[in-house]
Amino acid sequence: MIEIEEGGIASTVQDLGRTGHYHIGMPPSGAMDRYAHTVANYLVGNDADAATVEMTYQGITATFRDDAVIAVTGADMSPSLNGEPIDTWATVAVDAGDELELAFATEGARAYLAVAGGIDVAEVMDSRSTYTLVGIGGHEGRGLEEGDRLSIGDAPAERRELVGTRIDNEDVPDYADEDTVRIVLGLMSHRLTDEAKETLCDSEWTVSPEADRVGYRLEGPDLEFEEREQPFGAGTDPSNVVDLGYPLGSIQVPQKPIVLMQDAVTGGGYATVGTVISADRGLLAQRQTHKTVTFESVDVDEAIDARRDQNARLEEIRADIEGEE
Amino acid sequence: MTEKTTIKSPMPGIFYRQPDPDDPPFVEPGDTVEAGDTIGLVEVMKNFHDIEADSSGTVSEFLVENEAEVEADQAIVELE
Repeated sequence: MIEIEEGGIASTVQDLGRTGHYHIGMPPSGAMDRYAHTVANYLVGNDADAATVEMTYQGITATFRDDAVIAVTGADMSPSLNGEPIDTWATVAVDAGDELELAFATEGARAYLAVAGGIDVAEVMDSRSTYTLVGIGGHEGRGLEEGDRLSIGDAPAERRELVGTRIDNEDVPDYADEDTVRIVLGLMSHRLTDEAKETLCDSEWTVSPEADRVGYRLEGPDLEFEEREQPFGAGTDPSNVVDLGYPLGSIQVPQKPIVLMQDAVTGGGYATVGTVISADRGLLAQRQTHKTVTFESVDVDEAIDARRDQNARLEEIRADIEGEE
Repeated sequence: MTEKTTIKSPMPGIFYRQPDPDDPPFVEPGDTVEAGDTIGLVEVMKNFHDIEADSSGTVSEFLVENEAEVEADQAIVELE
């Protein structure tokens, strides 16, 4: 059991997400940085879908009531155990009574705490992910607070043998440098003027303070839409279209671009002019407020290759860790 | 006793000196604060977070303007 002493500012239980319910308007939720979440799980011998604690900008302080095997990945929040700094992207032993403390994020925005056995909250619609907007999943459907107690799933004693494992430096993202995010233009990039399409891909976009698990609002130049007579069923704003399902990671432009993230609305009447590719969504999720991103346009084949490469890299990491056991 | 300390923001966001645009600031230069007193707010992810003094002292200077962007670990207020 883990007892939360300080919840940070937005710490939630997340797994790979509540997939399969998008058609009823249920977004997947799940870890914003799938790569960091998955590596944390692999380091403690879990499957990728085990639930971790996702912490945003500021970490939790918590006391473990049982012995545990943990890993902290993602944003650097200077984790310490009983006041002694511990390695990140590494497997660490925790004894009952130990206090884990994470500070604020110096690089990146989100850190992940994995525990061997996974965070054991009840599944809601086949997922342990927290969806705070409607208050379901995770721990009571909300962010963690002082006094919360999280159960840990059962894990075999051999998981202790993973302690001391650290993934290769080349597999640790340097979030400060990851300022390019690849997108596929469309579904409705034809609504933008040619100039606006160029502006979308040539400009530096600044992550606004509102950016959260729902959407990343970006500040930058204006994007102009092609003039037209709005069709029946579309709103009057030039960015309005007849309602459609929004791809996860899609960019809509009500005024300034908003990239839809894990907790976003699943459909509506704004033109989605591009989609952040799945392999890069985690990098965007690690850009702090006020940091900039640039979009690089790729085609669908390149996007699928990037996803395949990321999965292959994660599989190699998993195999290497298993080899250490 | 003129040892100076600073209060830092533990998160990036927008700094506000008052709880509401129509309300007076939480503290002004020259005021004394106790540990735990709120000296301002930082807005991030559509929420406002209290920034509290971690020790007591006299506010000598605000190091950032009202409604300015702040980074995590940026000094906001100087105490002496």
